[in-house]
Amino acid sequence: MSRLLSEQEYRKTKAFKVKRWYCGEKDPYIGRVELRPQKPFEEDVNTQKKRIHDEAILQRNIYDIEHNRKLMLFSKFYKVISVLFVFTLIGILLYMVSYLPPVGNAANPDNNEVATKYIEDAMKDTGAVNIVTGMILDYRAFDTLGESNVLFIATCTVLILLRVDSRSKKREEEENDRLYEPKNDIILQKVAFFLVPMIIIFGIYVILNGHLSPGGGFSGGAIIGSGLILYVNAFGFQKIERFFTQRTYKWICFVALLFYCLAKTYSFYCGAHHLETGIPLGTPGDILSSGLILPLNICVGMVVACTMYAFYAMFRKGGF
Amino acid sequence: MKVFQIVLFIFLIVCAISVSFSKNLLNSIIIFMSYSLIMSIIWILLESPDLAITEAAVGAGITSILFFVTLKKIHAIVAVEHDEEKADHHRHDKKGGAK
Repeated sequence: MSRLLSEQEYRKTKAFKVKRWYCGEKDPYIGRVELRPQKPFEEDVNTQKKRIHDEAILQRNIYDIEHNRKLMLFSKFYKVISVLFVFTLIGILLYMVSYLPPVGNAANPDNNEVATKYIEDAMKDTGAVNIVTGMILDYRAFDTLGESNVLFIATCTVLILLRVDSRSKKREEEENDRLYEPKNDIILQKVAFFLVPMIIIFGIYVILNGHLSPGGGFSGGAIIGSGLILYVNAFGFQKIERFFTQRTYKWICFVALLFYCLAKTYSFYCGAHHLETGIPLGTPGDILSSGLILPLNICVGMVVACTMYAFYAMFRKGGF
Repeated sequence: MKVFQIVLFIFLIVCAISVSFSKNLLNSIIIFMSYSLIMSIIWILLESPDLAITEAAVGAGITSILFFVTLKKIHAIVAVEHDEEKADHHRHDKKGGAK
């Protein structure tokens, strides 16, 4: 039986410390490691003059082709060798191309049984009328999971590179484009008022009909993302922050990717052990058909839409 | 349809070459957008509408927007910057006048 810890005892536990560190209330380095703030670069006038003078002399001597015989020889040699190198490379590549099988040969590797099986059995196996989506999200679902993760990791990298620290307020004010917004451009706002709902509804349509008609999670997500970007451009960041913040982004990506992983793990597990998944395929052509493809499409669409908007927001103002 | 396809291919090649030869970065982005648009029409003609939708949304839409924003960040779109500064000054003046 567990008992309720008192506040004093709870403060001593490791979980409390980890929680404080996670929430950013306490930095374990402060007070223990010597932290020296970087000084702004200063140079007095004489050294600066001398440095510029030296650099000019250096530049003149290095690029003085007329008087430096060695340099002249080298630059000619460099040009000739680079041209030769490129032509050698082209020759090697063309030589390798000659080893490719002839076009239209029936025994070529692109006419193997995999493609035939996909075309013949895709509708029966996956229940998707659109064979391409059936391939992407059923036969090759593992690749699509990798793609979604690549997008997520790319956003994380951009976040590391471009995020503006909320503490350095002054720098933020200098670089922040957000201060120019919203510009209250009346034409843009009126156009966005009509276009944004239509773009987003079209994106949702493309995602939900991914297994029936051309499109799918990735393209639909990109469409919704561009709709969000248009909305931001017209109405500014303050309005969109009422329903879409960094927190929302994190949760949507986390939940979508987790659901994708779990769903695909389940179906891979069942497939590897020749078990029935128990997910009904439905009648091909219905909107609620083709098993897991529809929820997976929705997941991919959400990840892509959020990522596209996140890229824009981070490029624009270094955060959400 | 054959002629239409050939015309599109010629446009595609012209776009691809002129992207790299254009001196102005803004122009190259706009040419790049038109390249993606032509490419998406070609995808439809090649009977792959999935790719066409993706190309139109990503290639012509979001990639170019990100390029524009990057150019703005590195202050490569000079004229726009000037306009914005002016507008900003104007706004400040207005605020000052109101006070």
